[in-house]
Amino acid sequence: MPIVSRGFRGRRRDDAPRDRVPPGQYVTDDFPVLSAGPTPHTPLDEWDFTIVGEVDEQHRWTWDEFRALPSETITVDISCVTKWTKLDMVWEGVPVDALLDGVETSAEYVTAFCDGGYTTNLPLADLTGGKAWIASGYGGEPLEPEHGGPARLLVPHLYFWKSAKWVRGLRLTETDEPGFWESNGYHIYGDPWKEQRYWGD
Amino acid sequence: MEGTAVLGRLNWQVAEVADVWPETDRVKTLALDVEGWPGHRAGQHVDVRLTADDGYQAQRSYSIASTAGGSRVELTIEQIDDGEVSPYLTEEARSGDRFELRGPVGGYFVWDPNPGGSVLLVGGGSGVVPLMAMVRQRVANGDTVRTRMLYSARSWEDVIYRDELERHDQRVDGFEIVYTLTREQPPGWKGYGRRVDRELLAEVAPEELAVAFVCGPTPFVEAVAEGLVGLGHEPARIKTERFGPTGG
Repeated sequence: MPIVSRGFRGRRRDDAPRDRVPPGQYVTDDFPVLSAGPTPHTPLDEWDFTIVGEVDEQHRWTWDEFRALPSETITVDISCVTKWTKLDMVWEGVPVDALLDGVETSAEYVTAFCDGGYTTNLPLADLTGGKAWIASGYGGEPLEPEHGGPARLLVPHLYFWKSAKWVRGLRLTETDEPGFWESNGYHIYGDPWKEQRYWGD
Repeated sequence: MEGTAVLGRLNWQVAEVADVWPETDRVKTLALDVEGWPGHRAGQHVDVRLTADDGYQAQRSYSIASTAGGSRVELTIEQIDDGEVSPYLTEEARSGDRFELRGPVGGYFVWDPNPGGSVLLVGGGSGVVPLMAMVRQRVANGDTVRTRMLYSARSWEDVIYRDELERHDQRVDGFEIVYTLTREQPPGWKGYGRRVDRELLAEVAPEELAVAFVCGPTPFVEAVAEGLVGLGHEPARIKTERFGPTGG
């Protein structure tokens, strides 16, 4: 039993279903912003999305080609390692399955890379099977730059730092290579339900 | 420097409040004793966990204000009116109270004594807290790297660590502070009196900028970071920490 903090009651939200709020999280109605550096602004005519690394050949989409892919509307709960959870966020995005369709690889891991130099690593299996998207819309509008626009990775079942903002591609790798936050004290995998926030969790 | 590596799991540790003092009307510093504290780097933060008597828990993250030394950890906390944890820490907690804490966390937004040029620290409101840890670490180390702090506050009364910053500013060791007071300026005020914009940054930012640490509310950090990029500073040299309208 943890020690009790004298006089602490908390501000509990009755509308927050406990089976949707991972341990240590609180529900917010805002959409906080967290980034390690300035917000990049890449013109859409210079934007592309590539799949590189352990692949038979590089795959590349321009912005127009990417936007022409069939997209889905996704309603999901998101948990950030900084403790906020936001319920029922409505995104629009292209399933990563669609981008990986036809890609020959023996890789088991992925490094997502981004404008601004940010990277994050995930098992390939966490990006396939309808579990991840490249999102370019939020709340019925184009995704704003400070929230990762024009496009960000969306991996709702992991802490939100895995949903890399300003994503420009996926590098398929044989080994799990720690990305930016994963090299700076944060967990290699980041499952909110196991509270995998930091190294060793 | 001790305690720079995080090895193994960060376990919850008991923090006992040793002292509490006000910094401004809305901001207090809590001095905590944490037995076995491994040390930390200036700029890192901790997670705080409060537990109610029925087992309900709430966690939040707070920047460390103090330099590493023994079991003492100081947190400077702004009260968020509709917050859950900060009103408890600023209004209720007193000497002898105990809660849980784990850390230190974060290996990116941390003081580097040899960045290869000048350092710019830009703080908005209570975003000054991790920057103050850097200023204190710089003095503790005897670092000589030229360091300029730009501190944006609403008024002179809202400036956290005011007396200490004034003392640091008097030292002749390459540190200087520039204030901008965005809402209210005292009579005869000679500093800036507006929100940080590109022109202000152009006057304050050193030309041979090695690294900028920017911390504050999201719109403030966005404006400062974009301003510095617009002035030609490399994005990779601009390190940011933001706190949103929630938190608390």
